[in-house]
Amino acid sequence: MTELVSETQWRLQSRAIAALPIGRRVNLTRAVAATLALLFVVFVLQGLARNHNFDWAVVRHYFFASSVLDGIKRTLSLTVISMAIAIVVAVVLANMRLSHNAVLRGIAGVYVWFFRSVPLLVLLILGFNFSIIYPTLGLGIPFGRQLFSVSLAHLLTAYWTAVLSFGLQQAAYTSETIRASILAVPNGQREAARALGMTPARSFVRIIFPQAMKIAIPPIGNDTINLLKGTALVAFIAVPDLLYSVQTIYNRTYQVVPLLMVACIWYMIFVSILSVFQHFLEKKLHRGRQVSNRPLRTRRA
Amino acid sequence: MAIPVISAVDVSKSFGTHKVLDNVSLDVSRGEVVCMLGRSGSGKTTLLRCLNMLERPDSGAVFLNGELMGFLQKGGRLHELAARAEARQRRRLGMVFQQFNLFPHMTAAENIYEAPVHVLGRDKAEALEQAHALLARVGLKDKAAAFPEALSGGQQQRVAIARALAMGPEALLFDEPTSALDPEMVSEVLQVIRSLVEEGRTIVIVTHEIGFAREVCDRFVFMESGRIVEEGSPDVLISGGYHSATQEFMSKVL
Repeated sequence: MTELVSETQWRLQSRAIAALPIGRRVNLTRAVAATLALLFVVFVLQGLARNHNFDWAVVRHYFFASSVLDGIKRTLSLTVISMAIAIVVAVVLANMRLSHNAVLRGIAGVYVWFFRSVPLLVLLILGFNFSIIYPTLGLGIPFGRQLFSVSLAHLLTAYWTAVLSFGLQQAAYTSETIRASILAVPNGQREAARALGMTPARSFVRIIFPQAMKIAIPPIGNDTINLLKGTALVAFIAVPDLLYSVQTIYNRTYQVVPLLMVACIWYMIFVSILSVFQHFLEKKLHRGRQVSNRPLRTRRA
Repeated sequence: MAIPVISAVDVSKSFGTHKVLDNVSLDVSRGEVVCMLGRSGSGKTTLLRCLNMLERPDSGAVFLNGELMGFLQKGGRLHELAARAEARQRRRLGMVFQQFNLFPHMTAAENIYEAPVHVLGRDKAEALEQAHALLARVGLKDKAAAFPEALSGGQQQRVAIARALAMGPEALLFDEPTSALDPEMVSEVLQVIRSLVEEGRTIVIVTHEIGFAREVCDRFVFMESGRIVEEGSPDVLISGGYHSATQEFMSKVL
């Protein structure tokens, strides 16, 4: 049997323990994992720097070549214009899908179904050949006479075909994000707006949409990054974007890997800029809310 | 007798097969304070929401100062009003919700002047001044720039009351304004409502605060299974009421 200490003694001891400073626990598993991960990164960086096949001198030489810079301009304008079209069309589609009118709901549903079913590359090539399927675009009275028409081959250059293909397909995906975000805004918000005498349109613009966008920004940021890289597909219809312009160079010089590195690094730079931009946009939209981007962790004072 | 400010005539409403309101009629005169009591599910909140057409009655009619709400009478029938016309009617009634429903992306002051500016088309500077005055009135002078998330429940509800007042409503509807509050915050909200009663405003309030109801209301209405089963002066209520449902309810809450 162990000897029982007296209560006074125990009180003294417990008080002494309570007064001790609290040290931080070291999580051994986490520390080992972090060390291994760091080692791996060092190996990869070493492999990149030491391997002569990357030929960093060539990368440096073509990094700011004028055809590369022109390609970048086209890649960026494709991304920005397509995404702008996508968001506008997506907001309209999302509202149609949430409409009480079955026709509007149905049309938006079919749109989303169609553009999500066709692979982007197929859509792009189909779009490129659209002027063969429909040589002219005209406005007329249904089943009546044509008021005017234009030649589609002149209107739809490869560049605009790409903008429309990307924009319209992205709209199908983004509309689902926006629809879900609108549904995530509590119903009480809609009711409060209605009780104040707002029309449904005003309630959407002032109350529902700003709150929905707060929810939709992270996935839309993701979509934009995807689209930026996805624009590389235009090389298939000979739009001289970033990828196409480095391809043009390496077809001549056979320095495939370093030139692909040029494209890669540029893509990385723009994705990084977009990520930072998204971070600040989120911060701005989270007006009135304190956000943390890490899962909860117990804190000690 | 003058035309009542609010008048519900034979209002019925069903959700699916469940009849929530069964031929309910209710008149509220100018300056009158009416408390609606009853168990949860008895239809009192639905009746309140029918008064400003947040719920459209299946049959019957609601009048605001003699004007038919939510419908247009034409060719011997009632036709649903267009959203715009309905919104125009609704802004004449102020509503305060159980869950406050403040707009989280706007400050307290913005919550208050949003509708005066964007619905009534008032001058922004003037509306902002009014918002500050209303905040001072509900005891939140220094919270104009605070976002709802930084306010306590009681403070949020007081902002919500100020928001309803900013529209200059002909009557105020309160849907269990203190039910979502911590006990220590109930009194600050009731104090604001009391001041509105003293101002002589027309008020309909759904509440479980029996003591408060007795103190401020001119008339109580007791509902049970979608009907008004008893109404009268608050004294009748305290003495236990006449109807068995009222008696049972009162024995539980007192």
